Amino acid sequence: MKKIVLVTSLLTASLMAESLTVISWGGDYSKAQKKHMIDPFVAKTGIKVLFDDYKGGIAEIKAQVESGSIKWDVVDFEYIDIEKACSENLLEVINPSYLPKGDNGVEASKDFYPDALSNECGIGNIYWSVAFAYNEKFIGSNKPTTISDFFNVKKFPGKRGMRKRAQVNLEWALIADGVEKSKVYEVLETSAGQKRAFAKLDTIKDSIIWFDSWSQAPQMLNDGSAIMVQSANGRVTDFTVVWDANAFDLDGWGILKGTKNLKKAKEFIAFATGTKPLIGMKDVNYGPTRASSSAQLSAETRAKLPSAHLEEGFKVNGGFWSDYSTELNEKYNSWLLKK
Amino acid sequence: MKNDENFYKAQERLAKVKAFFLVSPLLVFILIFFLVPILLILAKAVYNPKVKTLLPQTIVLMQDYDYKNNAPKEKVLKVFLIELQSLAKQRQSGVLAEELNRKVSGFGSVIKKTSRKIKRKNLNEITNYKNYLLSISKKWNNPYYWMAIKRSNNSLTMSYILAALDMQYDIEGNIELKETQIYVPILKKTIYMAFIITFLTILLGYPTAYYLSTLPKSKANLLMIFVLLPFWTSLLVRIVSWITLLQEKGVINDILLSLGVISVPLDIVYNQFATIVSMTHILLPFMILPLYGSMRAMDPVYVKASSSLGANPFITFGKIYLPLTLPGLSAGAILVFIISIGYYITPALIGGVDGQMISNMIEFHMRTSNNWELASAMGGILLAITLIIYWFYEKLVGVNNLKLG
Repeated sequence: MKKIVLVTSLLTASLMAESLTVISWGGDYSKAQKKHMIDPFVAKTGIKVLFDDYKGGIAEIKAQVESGSIKWDVVDFEYIDIEKACSENLLEVINPSYLPKGDNGVEASKDFYPDALSNECGIGNIYWSVAFAYNEKFIGSNKPTTISDFFNVKKFPGKRGMRKRAQVNLEWALIADGVEKSKVYEVLETSAGQKRAFAKLDTIKDSIIWFDSWSQAPQMLNDGSAIMVQSANGRVTDFTVVWDANAFDLDGWGILKGTKNLKKAKEFIAFATGTKPLIGMKDVNYGPTRASSSAQLSAETRAKLPSAHLEEGFKVNGGFWSDYSTELNEKYNSWLLKK
Repeated sequence: MKNDENFYKAQERLAKVKAFFLVSPLLVFILIFFLVPILLILAKAVYNPKVKTLLPQTIVLMQDYDYKNNAPKEKVLKVFLIELQSLAKQRQSGVLAEELNRKVSGFGSVIKKTSRKIKRKNLNEITNYKNYLLSISKKWNNPYYWMAIKRSNNSLTMSYILAALDMQYDIEGNIELKETQIYVPILKKTIYMAFIITFLTILLGYPTAYYLSTLPKSKANLLMIFVLLPFWTSLLVRIVSWITLLQEKGVINDILLSLGVISVPLDIVYNQFATIVSMTHILLPFMILPLYGSMRAMDPVYVKASSSLGANPFITFGKIYLPLTLPGLSAGAILVFIISIGYYITPALIGGVDGQMISNMIEFHMRTSNNWELASAMGGILLAITLIIYWFYEKLVGVNNLKLG
C-alpha cells in the first residue's frame, strides 16, 4: 500500500515538476483558451500543460499557498478576486515590463489597456461582463429589458438563477432599487445602503435558484428551470442577453506565490496575453485587453463584445470588493439562511 | 507451584505482546491518518496565534487599554501604525484584516482601507494619530475593534466555539447571544431532519425487510438486488436522477400537470423536502440490511408459539417479533441517524437554501470563507453531538446488542 502511494506520489511529483498547471473556468471559455493559448504555447515551447477547471474564489488558492503544497501555477482570476488575493500575499508580483510588444510593434505597457495592468499581481486577459439572459423558448411574449424587470416577480413570474455570492448581486439590487450606477459603491459602503440592497433582494428571494459555478447558468436556461439567469456573457451566447446594468470586469492571469514553476508560468502568461491569443477570445464574446488585438477585430465582432455595452452597464470595483467581500459575503450568507 | 504460575503469566504476557504487534500496524495507521489529523483540526477551534504574531508590539502595549476611552494612547497608536505599515508593505495586511474580521465583523474592511492609505505615507508627518485614523474611517472610534486586538494576546480562545453556537463576547468579556441566530437553528434543523429521515427509512424499510425475510432464500437474494443496486450506483447519479424527477419541468410535475391534478408546477426541488426524499432513498439500504439480517436469524417458531398460545397478531408483533428484531432495527436506526446528521453532498446538490445542513456550513467555512477555525469548532460540536447520541444509545439498547445483519 505504502509503496503504491509512494510510487504514485513520486510519479505525480515528477509529472508536476515538468509540466505547468493552468487553471481556468471550464466550458466554452476553456475551450477557446485551449485552442488559442494552451495548444499553441505547448507547440511552441514544448512545455507540458495540465489545464483544469475551478469555480472561482480564492479559498483553494489560499489553502494551497498557506499549506505550502502548491498544485496550481497559473490561475485565471476575476479581478474582484485578484485584488483580494494580492492583498493577502497569495500571488507573485508580476512586472509587466517583460511582456512582448504588440503585433504592431507598440510597447506592452502602452498596448495593454490601463485596466489590464492595474494590479501588480495580475495581467488582464479578457474583458467580460455579468449580465442576465433568457431563453426565447420559455420567456413568453412579455420580455424583460431592464434590471428592474429581473427584480419584478409580478410582471415576470418564475425562477431566477443567480450565483451564490454577494458580488454583483448587491450592485444589481441597488440599481434595480433606483440607485444611480455611478453611485452604487458609494451607497454600498454604508450600512443603510447594504440594508437597502438586502431588502431589495428579499423581494425576489423565494424566486431565486442559487448556483455555484457559471457553467450551471446556460444549463438552467436550457432546461427551463429558471426563466432569467445571471451569467458571464460568454456562456449564454445561444440565448438572449439583456445588457442593462451589466457588470463589466476583467479576468487576469495570476501566479500562485511560491510556485516552483515561476519561470514557466511567466513565460506562459507572456505568450497567452500576446496580440494573437487575445483575439481568439472573441470566440466566446470576450474582449481583448490589448489595443493591437482590438484593432484586428471586425466591427461586427466588436458589437458583440461587452465593451459595446459599457454605457448600459457599470464597472465592477475590485478595490471595493477586496475590502468588503469578506464582510458582505458574511452578511449575505446570514441573509441567505434567514427565513 | 509458584514457578508454574510465573511461567504461565509470562506466557500470557508474551501472547499479549504478540497480539499487540499484530494489531499495531492498524493502530499506527489509525493514529497517523485518523486521530492526529482530527485532533490537529480540532485544536484550531481553540488556538489561533496569528494576530499576536502579526502585531506583536501593539498587542503588548494594548494590554492596559480600557474600552471606556475610545482610542488607545497616541504612542500605542504610533506603534500600531508602524506595524500595520510594514504589514502592508509585505502584503500581509490582508491576512491581518481577515483574522480580525473574524473577531469583529466589519473590522476587516477598515484595516484594509487603512493599510492601503498608509502604505506609502511617512508616519512621522502625522501630528495626531487618532485624528488621522478617524479621517480614514470613523469606525476607528469603535472600542470593540480595539478590544479585539487587546484580547488577541491570548492565543487560546473560546470565541470560535461561541461563534459556532451563535454567541459572542460582549465588550466586558461576558458571553452573550448574537443578534442573528444562524448556526444553532441549522444544527436543530439538521437533527430534526436526521430524525425524520430515520423514521422514514424505518417506515419503508421494516415492511420491505419483513417481506424479504419471509421469502425463500433464492427469491430473497434476487429481490435483494433491487435493494443493493441503487446502493452500488454512484451517489451523484442517484441525486441527479432525483433532480430530474422533481424539477419544475421534471417527470413528476409534467405528469401531474398533464393529468390536471395541479395547474402550477409544485416547488419540490432545491429545498428541504427534496433533501429528505433523496436522503431517505439513499440511506434505505443501511436500514434494510441489518433488519433483514436480524429477521432472517430469528427462529420462526417463536411467532408460531405465540399465535398458538392465543396471542393476536398485534400482541405477537409487539411482544415477540419487534423485540427480537430490535438489535437490527436499532443498528439500522443509529447508522442512518449518524450518517445523515453529517451528510453533505445531497443537501449541497439538491437542498437549495432551506435544505442545507450543518455539514454544508462546515464545508462553506473550509472551502469558501477559509475560516477553518470556525469550521473546526462546528465540526467539534457535531462530533460531540454524535458521541452523546451514541452514549444514549448505549444506555438504552446497549452497544453489544448492535447487529449489522
